[in-house]
Formats: sequence, C-alpha cells, structure tokens
Amino acid sequence: MVEQVTHPLSKYLRADMMPHIWCPGCGNGIVLNCFVHALDELKTDLDKLVVVSGIGCIGRTAGYTNTDSFHTTHGRAIAFATGVKLASPELEVVIVSGDGDLFAIGGNHFIHAARRNIGVKVICANNFNYGMTGGQLGPTTPLESLTTTSPYGNIEHPFNLVHLAAAAGAIYVARWTTLHVRRLTQSMKKMMQKEGFCFIEVISPCPEIFGRYNKMRTGLEMMEWFKKASVVESFSDPAKAEITKEKIVVGEFVDTQKLSYEKLFHEKIAQINERSIQ
Amino acid sequence: MPERIKHKPLDIDKVKPPKAEIHIITDQCKGCGYCIQFCPKQVLEESKEINARGVHPPKIVDESKCILCSFCTAVCPDFAIYTTEKKCAEGC
Repeated sequence: MVEQVTHPLSKYLRADMMPHIWCPGCGNGIVLNCFVHALDELKTDLDKLVVVSGIGCIGRTAGYTNTDSFHTTHGRAIAFATGVKLASPELEVVIVSGDGDLFAIGGNHFIHAARRNIGVKVICANNFNYGMTGGQLGPTTPLESLTTTSPYGNIEHPFNLVHLAAAAGAIYVARWTTLHVRRLTQSMKKMMQKEGFCFIEVISPCPEIFGRYNKMRTGLEMMEWFKKASVVESFSDPAKAEITKEKIVVGEFVDTQKLSYEKLFHEKIAQINERSIQ
Repeated sequence: MPERIKHKPLDIDKVKPPKAEIHIITDQCKGCGYCIQFCPKQVLEESKEINARGVHPPKIVDESKCILCSFCTAVCPDFAIYTTEKKCAEGC
C-alpha cells in the first residue's frame, strides 16, 4: 500500500522545516525520531519543554522540533540552557548537540554543569568528526581513523565521553548507538523523568564524511559495524568503555540521585529573603 | 514457533500476532535502506520506481508477514514510514 499520508509524529515537528537537510543514512534523523517518540510516549506538554542546540549538523534539531527552542552559538548550548533552567525551574530543558560542540569548544561548560548538577538533559550525537565543516579531526575521533585533517591516521587519543560525564558528576549516564532505537527511547524517557544533570551519548553514523574516509561509504555499512561491535553491558565501569574499531560498550553506566543546583539555588534565595525580613 | 522457545506456550492457541498496515510516505524517503535491512521479517524491499528525491523508496513484499514491531517507524531518519494495527472483522 503506497499512499500520501501524514506521519503520526508530525505534530512534534515544524511542517514548514521538513524535510530536514541531513544526508541519506545520517543518524541525526534517528536521534530526532527517538526523541519525539519519547516525548510522545511521555505525553510531554510542549509548552513546558525547551530544546536548545549548538552548532553542527545536529544543531538543526532546535529548528525542527515544534517546541520553544533556541539555536545557540558554538559551544554555548549548556551556558544558555543553564540560564533558562535557573530563570524558570519549572521548564524541562533538553540540549541536543554534537560532540564537537559539547566537548571541544563547550567542554568547560559541560564539566561544570555536570559538577554543579544543573537540571538540564544532554543528548550528544557522536559522529566522530566535524561533519558540517568537511570532516576535520575532532575530540572523539578514534585512534588511526582517517579524516581530512589526519590523512595518515589520527594519533590523538579520543575522549571517552561517558567516563568524562560520570567523573564530572552526572547523575544519569548512558551510551547507545542509533541501531538501539528501542533502548535509546527508553533511556530518553528515563532521563526526562529525572532531576539533575543527565547525559546520553548516541553513536551516530556519518557515512558521507567520516565513513567515506574509513571504508564505510553507506549508512548501512556503518550500522553493520555498530551491530557487530556493540556490546550491551549494564552499569559497567565507564573508564573501560573506550570506543575502538572492535568493541563499543553500550548501556547505562550511572543512575544515581543528587540534589540539583536550581533547587538549592532557589532554597538559598528564599532563606536569605526570610532572614532579611526579620 | 521460534527455535529458542523450548516449551509450547500455554496460550498459543488464543494469542495471535497483530495484523499490521504499513504506510510509506514515498516522497519523504531518502533511500538509506535501514527499514529494508533491519526488518526482522523481511517485509520490505527496494522498489524499481524513483521518487521525487531521485532514490528508490521501499515497497511492501508481503504485508501479512509484518508483526507490528514498528522497528521501521523508529529507525527511519526521515519520518517516511509508519505502521498501524489493522482492525479486522471477527474470526481473523
């Protein structure tokens, strides 16, 4: 049956912005799909949700979701989201951004937001390079990978994002690939219900740029690599979850509870105001 | 019955897999092929036609084999395919 109909999730997307600009086989569409699935299953009030994104291919997400959203400057997605969350703590703030934005130029914002436990939710699509600008070497490019700025193989050790987030103090840390759509959606649902700094890393295929240099020219070949290499381990040690060609450890890594910054912040202000009245 | 189930489930006569209806929005498809490759029942295949974007969208081989797992809906990056349950008359 082939017919012209509208998708049931299209109410969460801005119709005038569709179809999106992402390449065929790009994982960003799957991240957006899983995100709106999670919103649909949780029956989230779209007036109480803010989507913030930074620069990069996945930064377009803020323009595609039919919520209050903001596309910030490079690396400042968390800085902007911190302001939103502190000004109106009743809003749900979700950051959808890439590895270059969150960990290269925005690395400092990330570790301090995690340390202070600000109640923003971070979804990071990790495609191993700077896809939008032509495939330069990024902070997550695996060793010996070829990119436009490392044509003889990468010699820089990459970040282990889940270890970084767990060490900096995030209360919920998980990693999935774009092939684990069900578990990714479940994880996003769990994250949205928590209070505090949560982080999900999504390993995303970039066939047009990263794959082209690394003998995986189509999205299907990259997904087959994820299928072959990924190992689901629940609550394993994030320090040992390095991404290599042979093994990608996926699963939940940290799930704890801590008082969030905005709660302590508003309590403290109330205390001081009370004292000054007396 | 799948091989991994050693014992016959007690309610196997009563429970039937749901019947699904697959909807493909052909002109939104970019031809990545994820729905065709990762369908557990091989319900889809690449069609010969070319859509508005110049790629071959999927087409349905056998809709009755679909078990409504909706993996294609979840894995499609372009929101071009979704499944709904087919309401059937009594006795099916």
